[in-house]
Amino acid sequence: MSLSAASAAVASSAAAYRYDTIRPVARLRFCGLRREALRFHSPRSTPQLVAARRSVVAAATAGNGAAASGGFDYDLVIIGAGVGGHGAALHAVEKGLKTAIIEGDIVGGTCVNRGCVPSKALLAVSGRMRELQDEHHMKSLGLQVSSPGYDRQAVADHANNLASKIRSNLTNSMKALGVDILTGIGTIVGKQKVRYGKVGFPDNEITARNIIIATGSVPFVPKGIEIDGKTVFTSDHALKLESVPEWIAIVGSGYIGLEFSDVYTALGSEVTFVEALDQLMPGFDPEIAKLAQRILINPRKIDYHTGVFASKITPAKDGKPVLIELIDAKTKEHKETLEVDAALIATGRAPFTKGLGLENINVITQRGFVPADERMQVMDAIGNVVPNLYCIGDANGKLMLAHAASAQGISVVEQISGRDNILNHLSIPAACFTHPEISMVGLTEPQAREKADKEGFEISVVKTSFKANTKALAENEGDGLAKMIYRPDTGEILGVHILGLHAADLIHEASNAIALGTHVQDIKFAVHAHPTLSEVLDELFKAAKVDTAVSHSINEPVAV
Amino acid sequence: MAGLLHLQSTLLPSASALRRRAGAPVPSSSRRRCRVEAKIREIFMPALSSTMTEGKIVSWTAAEGDRLAKGDPVVVVESDKADMDVETFHDGFLAAVLVPAGESAPVGSAIALLAESEEEIPVAQSQAASFSSSSPSPPPPQETAAEEASLPPPPPPSPAPVAVSAPARPSPATQGGGRVVASPYAKKLAKDLGADLFSVTGSGPGGRIVAKDVEAALAAPKKAAPVTATRPDVPLGSTVPFTTMQGAVSKNMVESLAVPTFRVGYTITTDALDQLYKKIKSKGVTMSALLAKATAMALVQHRVVNSSCRDGKSFTYSSSINIAVAVAIDGGLITPVLQDADKLDIYSLSRKWKELVDKARAKQLQPHEYNSGTFTLSNLGMFGVDRFDAILPPGTGAIMAVGASEPTVVGTKDGRIGIKNQMQVNVTADHRIIYGADLAAFLQTLAKIIEDPKDLTF
Repeated sequence: MSLSAASAAVASSAAAYRYDTIRPVARLRFCGLRREALRFHSPRSTPQLVAARRSVVAAATAGNGAAASGGFDYDLVIIGAGVGGHGAALHAVEKGLKTAIIEGDIVGGTCVNRGCVPSKALLAVSGRMRELQDEHHMKSLGLQVSSPGYDRQAVADHANNLASKIRSNLTNSMKALGVDILTGIGTIVGKQKVRYGKVGFPDNEITARNIIIATGSVPFVPKGIEIDGKTVFTSDHALKLESVPEWIAIVGSGYIGLEFSDVYTALGSEVTFVEALDQLMPGFDPEIAKLAQRILINPRKIDYHTGVFASKITPAKDGKPVLIELIDAKTKEHKETLEVDAALIATGRAPFTKGLGLENINVITQRGFVPADERMQVMDAIGNVVPNLYCIGDANGKLMLAHAASAQGISVVEQISGRDNILNHLSIPAACFTHPEISMVGLTEPQAREKADKEGFEISVVKTSFKANTKALAENEGDGLAKMIYRPDTGEILGVHILGLHAADLIHEASNAIALGTHVQDIKFAVHAHPTLSEVLDELFKAAKVDTAVSHSINEPVAV
Repeated sequence: MAGLLHLQSTLLPSASALRRRAGAPVPSSSRRRCRVEAKIREIFMPALSSTMTEGKIVSWTAAEGDRLAKGDPVVVVESDKADMDVETFHDGFLAAVLVPAGESAPVGSAIALLAESEEEIPVAQSQAASFSSSSPSPPPPQETAAEEASLPPPPPPSPAPVAVSAPARPSPATQGGGRVVASPYAKKLAKDLGADLFSVTGSGPGGRIVAKDVEAALAAPKKAAPVTATRPDVPLGSTVPFTTMQGAVSKNMVESLAVPTFRVGYTITTDALDQLYKKIKSKGVTMSALLAKATAMALVQHRVVNSSCRDGKSFTYSSSINIAVAVAIDGGLITPVLQDADKLDIYSLSRKWKELVDKARAKQLQPHEYNSGTFTLSNLGMFGVDRFDAILPPGTGAIMAVGASEPTVVGTKDGRIGIKNQMQVNVTADHRIIYGADLAAFLQTLAKIIEDPKDLTF
C-alpha cells in the first residue's frame, strides 16, 4: 500500500465508523510496532523498512487524531514521563488511545536517571567487589584472588552509560509507537485542559479527554540539613559516585540507606547509620530485620545510632569534617556530634506536585501528595472524585515503587478503555538489592496479627533457612531466611518475606500466587527444579498446614 | 541518675556500688532486694536434640553489657542440622560470658550469666571469675588498658576494662566527659579485641581513631621482644627446656662458631629514603621491604656477597637473591624469606612481606619460606639500637645488622655543619668466601642506592 492510499483508506473508514473500525487496524499495526520498538534499536532495519514503519505510524496517527478524540486534542495526556507515565503510555497506545506525554526535565524520570537503574549498576559492582574481597569465602571455594581493586570513574561510567541506554530505549519505544512527547512543565488549567511550556518559550494549551498526573517524587531533606552536593548529599548525587569517602554517615536506614551502605562498604568506606526510630530498618518484617542486621550490618564496618534525629548537618569546609548534631528523637536534647567525611540523606522521598495547577480544579495536596482513591481517581477538597483526572506513582503516595507506578498506570488505562480495574496493592512485591537481597510481598507478621485480631481469624507462620538449600550451599551463600504468613483455615497467603541470595527474583512466585488468589494447598503440589533456590519457597509451601476440612480447590465449583 | 554521678567521682566503681546497696535507698528500682545472688541467672547450654550431650558455641549474638528482653537471641549454638538461635527466657543484662565462641560446653552447664539490672553486672562478673577453667580471663593487654582507663574520667559503672559500650547505647564518650571520635571499624575492633578507646591516639583526619590505631595500640604491649626478660609470664627460679624453635636457633648459633667471620660497619644517610617512604607508605610499603629491595639491588652488583661456603672448599653462587628478614615472634625468632627480591617491584614485595609476617605469626610458614635465604637482614632500629653485630646463620655468606636512623650533626664537605638522618649498618661475613674489599664495595653500593633511591620504586 502506498502512503496516500493507506491514509485515504483510513480516513474514509474513519468518517463512517469512528472508533470501532479504526481500532482493530490500529491495534494490529501497533502491536507489531511495539514488538519492534521493544527490541533494542536494531541498526539492521533497512531504510525501506524504516520508511514503511514511519508511514504506517503517520497514517495511523493522522487517522486517530482527527476523529478518535471526539473534539479533544488527545484521548489521554500524561504529565510526567517517568516509569509510571511510560507504562501508562504504552498500555494506552495498545488500547488505541491517542496519547501525549509531557516531560519537564528528562525522560525516564527518577527511576532511569537517579534511581533504580544507576543504583542497580552500582550494586552489581559492589556485590562483585565484596565477593572478590572475601578471602575466606574464596578460599572455601578453592579460589585465589589477588588484591582486587576498582577504578571509581569506570564504575560511575557504567552506571551512567546504563542510565543513558535505558533512557534512549524508553524514548524510542514511545516515539516509535506514536506517543507525542511534549517538552515542558505541565499545568492543569481547567477541566480536561493542560498547558505546558518551557521557560523562555510560548506556552501551548491542549485538551485531553483524560489526564494522568505522574510527576513522581524527589529526595526529602529535613530542615536543618545543608546540602552541598559534595560532602552532604542525597541519592541523586550519590549515584554519580563522584567520590568514595572514608567515613560516611547515612541518615535513614530504610531500603535506600541500606542499599547505599552496601555499595559504600564494598568500595572501602565505613558507614554510620542515623535512624530516628528505635529500630533499624523499620519498614521490614521484624524477624527479617533482625537477621538482616546480623548479616548486613554487624560483620561490616558499620555502626549506628538509633532513636536520634540529625538536627543540623554542616558540610565540610576548610579542612574541617562534616558535622552532624544528633538529638534524642523524643526528648530533643543534644546527644552527640559526629565528625565524618560525608553524609548521605536518605530520609524518604517527597512528592513533586508543585506547579501542577491543582488549585485550578479545587484539589488540595496532603503533605504534598495528591489525594487519590483506590481507582487512582483524584479527589477534590470536599472529597468528591474529580472526573477524568487520575494520579499514579509516587505523586499519590500509595506505594512508592517504580513497578507500582506502572501497574497503577495500566489500571487507569484499563478504566479509561471501559473496563473497571482496582489494583490489589498487597500483591505488589518489593525488593532491596543488598547482598544478600531482601524481598517481600503482602503483610509483615505484626500487620498480619493485627488484621487477624481485628477480623477474627488465626494466622500461621512457616520459616525455612537457606542453609537447607542445596544450591545456596553450593554457592557457599547459606545465609538467609524465608518466611510465609498464611491463614490455616483457608490457605490464603498473607505475606512472604525472603532474605537471601536472589531474593528479589524468588519473590515473584509468591506475589503471583497472591495476585491470582492461589491458595497454599494448591500450590504446594507445583514442582520446582532441583537444585535451585526456588526450592526455598517450595519448602515454605510444603511446610504449611492448612485445615483440609475447609479447603477447596480453585478449580472445583463452590457449592452455594 | 543521681547514683551515676556519685559513682563517677570515685575510682573504685565496685566498692561504691556495694556502698550504694548498703546505704541510701535508690529511687529507680523498687524490685531491689538485699540478697544479690538471687538476681543473677545462669543461661544454660540447651539440649537441641535428645541425644546431644555437648554443644559448641558458634557466636554470641549479644555482647556483655547488652540489655536483653525475654525472647531475644543471645547465642548461636551448633547442632547437627543447623546453627540454632538460643533465646533468653528472662529480661535482664548479659553480665558475663562464661564460654567464649568456638568452645564447647556440656548440655546443662552454665554458659553465661544474666543480671537482672545494670547494677548487678559487676557482681555477676565477679561470680563469673569464680567459675573454673572456662572463666573469661581477659588477655594481659586488657589489664594494662584497664589501668590506663582508671586515670582519665572513669567510664560508667562496670569494672570491665572494655570502655566501649555496645553500639546501641550512647557511647561512653558523652557520659565520661571526654569525647572520643572513632570510625565504625575502629569501634568494632576495640570492642572485639578489648581495647580502651580513651587510651588510643587517633591518626585519622581530624584526629579520629581509625582501625589501625586500635591495632597498633594492642600490638604494642603484645609484641614479644627477642629478649625473654620482658615477657610477663617468665617462670623465675626454674629451668624451662627449649621449645623446638628455640632448640633450632641454639643449634644454628653454635654451628656458626666454626665459621671465620669478620665485620664491616658503614653509616648511611637516610633522608632521601625517609622521604620516599613517607610518599609510598600509603600504598602498603614498609621500611623492611624498602631495605630488602635496596639490599637486593646492591647484591646484584656484588654477587659474591650473596654466595655461601657449604663444604669449606668452594664458593656456592646462588642464582637468586633471597633476602631473609629476621622477625621476632612469640617464643622465638624466624626469618621469612623474600624470594627474588631484586626481581619484584617494591609494591609486590611489600604485599608478599605482609603475607609472610602474618603466616609467621600464625606459625604457618612452610620450610621453603624460611630456610631459602641467601642473605639475611636484621633490624633492631625500632628499639632505638644504634649499632650491633649479628651472628651469621649457617648456609649463608653474610648478614646485615641495621640500627636506628637518628638525626645526627654532620660536617659537610664545604666546611659547614648540618643535621642528617643517619643509620649505622654492620655486616658480618664469612671470610672464607667474602673478603674485606668485597664487603666494603658492597656497602658502598648499598649506601649509594639508599642515598639516591629513585630506582627503588621500580
